[in-house]
Amino acid sequence: MDERRFKKRSIFLVLYLVFAILPVYWMVNMSFRTNEEILSAFSLWPRDFTLEHYKTIFTDVSWYSGYINSMIYVAINTVISLLVALPAAYAFSRYSFLGDKHVFFWLLTNRMTPPAVFLLPFFQLYTTLGLMDTHIAVAMAHLLFNVPLAVWILEGFMSGVPREIDETAYIDGYSFPRFFITIFIPLIKAGVGVAAFFCFMFSWVELLMARTLTSVNAKPIVAVMTRTVSASGMDWGVLAAAGALTIVPGAIVIWFVRHYIAKGFAMGRV
Amino acid sequence: MSTVKPVNQRAWLLILPVVLCVAFSAILPLMTVVNYSVQDIISPERRIFVGTEWFKLVMRDDDLQGALGRQITFSLAVLLVEIPLGIALALSMPAKGWRSSAVLVLVAISLLIPWNVVGTIWQIYGRSDIGLLGASLKALGIEYSYTGNATHAWLTVLLMDVWHWTPLVALLCFAGLRAIPEAYYQAASIDGASKFAVFRYIQLPKLRGVLMIAVLLRFMDSFMIYTEPFVLTGGGPGNATTFLSQYLTQKAVGQFDLGPAAAFSLIYFLIILLLCFILYNWMQRVGTADKTEAGHG
Repeated sequence: MDERRFKKRSIFLVLYLVFAILPVYWMVNMSFRTNEEILSAFSLWPRDFTLEHYKTIFTDVSWYSGYINSMIYVAINTVISLLVALPAAYAFSRYSFLGDKHVFFWLLTNRMTPPAVFLLPFFQLYTTLGLMDTHIAVAMAHLLFNVPLAVWILEGFMSGVPREIDETAYIDGYSFPRFFITIFIPLIKAGVGVAAFFCFMFSWVELLMARTLTSVNAKPIVAVMTRTVSASGMDWGVLAAAGALTIVPGAIVIWFVRHYIAKGFAMGRV
Repeated sequence: MSTVKPVNQRAWLLILPVVLCVAFSAILPLMTVVNYSVQDIISPERRIFVGTEWFKLVMRDDDLQGALGRQITFSLAVLLVEIPLGIALALSMPAKGWRSSAVLVLVAISLLIPWNVVGTIWQIYGRSDIGLLGASLKALGIEYSYTGNATHAWLTVLLMDVWHWTPLVALLCFAGLRAIPEAYYQAASIDGASKFAVFRYIQLPKLRGVLMIAVLLRFMDSFMIYTEPFVLTGGGPGNATTFLSQYLTQKAVGQFDLGPAAAFSLIYFLIILLLCFILYNWMQRVGTADKTEAGHG
């Protein structure tokens, strides 16, 4: 009985993985084929294998700088998000104070604002501040949806740490900053890893704001990719190669945080 | 853990950075939107105060109501498919060893693809001449076309969203499952509990916290979906896959009607806010009711 159950689960998992991988495989497959071949024939694997598209990306500065720009603002965003979210999540998980529930929900509402709503105001705001086309502008704009999420996730992890630990530390004469940095943060390492992964992910894949706030110097890869649509039609091969490359940084990040996710987290106040 | 949290107003100092950060990128732009929504902007110098005129105009807009209806249907479908599928997937993922790591990475891949690329992948993938999905369906004898048939387009967008976002639910649930102490399972097996009972009375209640995040995130994000359907179908055929965000962008950028677009933005935001508020409170109640029930039983 158990054996059969196990098999059923494995079959389901394998089926899902096939469903998950096939579209990605199709993109990778396309990235190794010439444009003529992509559009002319259906093929399960590249017949006319070429690395031309990857070469275009790695030799053209406007292409590879896109990756660098994206990585810069995603890194800035993740660091700021975590830095401001850590103390806030601690406050929410440990104390009650005037308006705590309202502030928490208000933070979440920012996660609910359609980016389309804020495009024009953001454009005007950052133009006024002279921050247009800088990495910091995109990083700041992305705080809007990443900070609430980071607070939310971290708060869940912190609520799982018994309050006695804090009290003992204070009795032992630890100051708050010292306790927080040397004792508390190591305890919720996994939560920091998971929160960092989510911040990275949502900032990495966002297109609308990043495109609106940049033009040349800080243009992210997602915006660079839109230019493959030109008068002469789509450059499918380069687009597929660029798309395949956008997965790489994320895959590396998830590889680093996989243990934290596998360690598990029980969210919420039990 | 049972004690009430101590009152400490100085905790405000700890959340101040977050409030400042988010207020900077939320409140200032929001004020601009509110400002636009009550004015007729003819040119940067000439503006007329029009009060609630735009709100009335937008509320009467049939296209908007259509888009709203489609949006709600779509978001509900997303939740109904992705949440159970995500839980099932999390339950079937191996817990330890290299297999666990490999599966985690494979499952997470679709989350890491930029949204416009997601749309592009599916655009090709669904084509019946050169895409795997389209060609397979054609081989099965199904006249499939996401550009010509409204139902197919809608289903393709849904399938794309399921492919794209189910991993988020699965990852959260997977992490939630790993946090359940082994002792719970041992107690259950001593009691001779069935697999279903273990799921219903141990795993599901323990997943409440992560499921709350998953449901709310999926709900709000699917309600704001823009890039993927825009790239895949451009909202068509007709307006079968024109969801709220896209309709809004058409108005704001395409027709450059700032006033109505701003009014629309605010209404849109309030709708999401209201629905999330209901969902948030409902889920909090469901969870607590569950707990007392389990406690008595």
